[in-house]
Amino acid sequence: MTSTSIFTPEGMYRFAGKLAVPCLVSAAIVALIAFYLGFFVAPVDVTQGNSYRILYIHVASAWMAMLLYVLMAIFCILGLVTEKKLWPMIAASLAPTGALMAFLALWTGSLWGRPTWGAYWVWDARLTSALILFFFYLGYLALQNAIPDWRRADKACSVIGIVGVINVPIVYFSVQWWNTLHQGASLTSSGSSIHPIMLTALLVMVAAFWLYTFGATFARLRSIILEREKGEEWAQELALKGEL
Amino acid sequence: MSQSVPQLELKDIKCIRGERLLFRKLNFSCQEGTLVRIAGPNGTGKTSLLRLLVGLMSPQEGKILWGGQEIKKLKEDFWKELVYIGHLNGVKDELTARENLLINCEIGEHPITSEYADECLKKVGLEGFEDQITRALSQGQRRRVALARLYASSHAKLWVLDEPFVALDVAAVENLSNQIAEHVNSGGIVILTTHQEVPISANKKEVITLKGGVWLGRHEMKKVKNV
Amino acid sequence: MFRLFRAVLIRDLTLALRQKSDILNTVFFFIVVVTLVPLGIGPDQQLLRLIAPGVVWVAALLAALLSLPRLFANDFADGTLEQMLLSGEPLTVIVIAKVFAHWLTTGIPLTVISAVFALMFDLNAEVTVALITALFIGTPVLSLVGSVGAALTLGVRGGSVLTSLLVLPLYIPVLIFGAGAAEAVSVGVSSSAYFLIVGALTLFSLVVMPIATAAALRIAAE
Repeated sequence: MTSTSIFTPEGMYRFAGKLAVPCLVSAAIVALIAFYLGFFVAPVDVTQGNSYRILYIHVASAWMAMLLYVLMAIFCILGLVTEKKLWPMIAASLAPTGALMAFLALWTGSLWGRPTWGAYWVWDARLTSALILFFFYLGYLALQNAIPDWRRADKACSVIGIVGVINVPIVYFSVQWWNTLHQGASLTSSGSSIHPIMLTALLVMVAAFWLYTFGATFARLRSIILEREKGEEWAQELALKGEL
Repeated sequence: MSQSVPQLELKDIKCIRGERLLFRKLNFSCQEGTLVRIAGPNGTGKTSLLRLLVGLMSPQEGKILWGGQEIKKLKEDFWKELVYIGHLNGVKDELTARENLLINCEIGEHPITSEYADECLKKVGLEGFEDQITRALSQGQRRRVALARLYASSHAKLWVLDEPFVALDVAAVENLSNQIAEHVNSGGIVILTTHQEVPISANKKEVITLKGGVWLGRHEMKKVKNV
Repeated sequence: MFRLFRAVLIRDLTLALRQKSDILNTVFFFIVVVTLVPLGIGPDQQLLRLIAPGVVWVAALLAALLSLPRLFANDFADGTLEQMLLSGEPLTVIVIAKVFAHWLTTGIPLTVISAVFALMFDLNAEVTVALITALFIGTPVLSLVGSVGAALTLGVRGGSVLTSLLVLPLYIPVLIFGAGAAEAVSVGVSSSAYFLIVGALTLFSLVVMPIATAAALRIAAE
């Protein structure tokens, strides 16, 4: 009775419950370390001065946005193929965090753009691709929101998630082509080789983002599981015992 | 054919629509040549059960078997032997009666000739209306355009009909009930819901009664936990 | 299988021709949008010649979006869609037939009308040919990809706006390369790569999208 697999809603609910807060707390700690490394330890950049430092957040969040979309799509595929309830729930839990990462990448990219290129937005390949990825996330979330029946919403989102993930590389390629074609002034972002301290800071930031993702996803997942499984025995027991 | 494998079988079907549990642990089986009536008050899930039977919906739990195999796996092979006339008519307003019947039979994989289509329309009381745009027909006439397909469907073993007698006049009702009886008695299975008392002279009859979660059929009772 | 394809194709074409307002609305919208651009930007001939391919393509995308609901919404409402789901033939065959009919009544008219825009924007013959060819090869993508969005949002509140959000990001590749083809010709650069890529996108969509659309239709009917 106590050894329910974590790959069931009930098991995952308990498992995620133990880990959510620890993940978020460690995320905060690791993020502080990353900030310290990136903003105080790492040297000033030769060409960009201090303004480059926001790249630590920008690059990390851009990576996360892409990775999470792929991860989301994997869970979508699993959900459609195995028809197990848990997988689409995880995909749905990941989506808002992924969207947040994409937005963060856009915002920090824009903030970096101002001192570097003199404009808050430029239509270079990276930023434009990030914007489109953000739209992909928004589409997923909007569809999830618009369909009241969560069973149908899950399946519909799985389809759009899979179609999206197939198309993301195509879109990236297209935007790259479009940009090199139309670009008069070529805007390369940090073409210089990366200092080891900078790399460390970046990776630590990525680690912080991962921890945050786990924590936020676990928390969200618990909420989703409870909402959907509220009719099940185990959920009602927990509610009666006050242990939700 | 082995008699031990029922032609149609429902095993432990659980159906949830939105937040409502309609029924669970629903079991049923029947052989060829049976007329099955699904009875119960409005809102108990009769239409949902029909949609589960034809494969438009999947049950939360349980299996539906046709000739011993799951319809989920049979897919097109099952659908080739099925005619479903649901709550919606399934006819296009902008097509003529004949065009509707022809395309319905095409999609259902039993194409028929124009002449045969006209015969079917005649049998259903629409002689003279073959070239009428369906929008110009009355509710009952539109229903009959949909039902005309049954007269070309003797090959399809399973007929699933949702309230087929609604909006039909007395003559049409009698016609349809005879057609259904004929199909059942020659080895087909017809599953229907109707809130009208229509006598159908089929040799073998079954009833599944839905009562909002408690299934009464074949004198078995299963209690449902409060959800 | 081909018999069913043909039957569904003729069905959809017949329906479209009997309900001409759908096609005409799409075409008029296309014309109006393209006409608005010079009014918004100014009649600078040089500038207009430069932006013409992009403007025509964007307008085509929007017009295609506008026409998507009629792919499945009507059939969904009157019950003919669920009959298609119960067909003895694979659903993808029916989907491809319907999408093909949609392209014939959307993409083709748009492609033809764009020749007129070539005049309006004073494009030379080569650019015009490139524009029309790219549209001809690329508009099937609009119908194919659009069909996924249309199927996913069947019966959902706020369907068409939601469809736009789902579908427009997916239209971006064909937009970039389709418009790029004519732009390349107008600059005097080789455009063959563009046409090849647009063709590849069409083939790719033809293989992948009907499967996604069929899955989405089944989900919508539950």
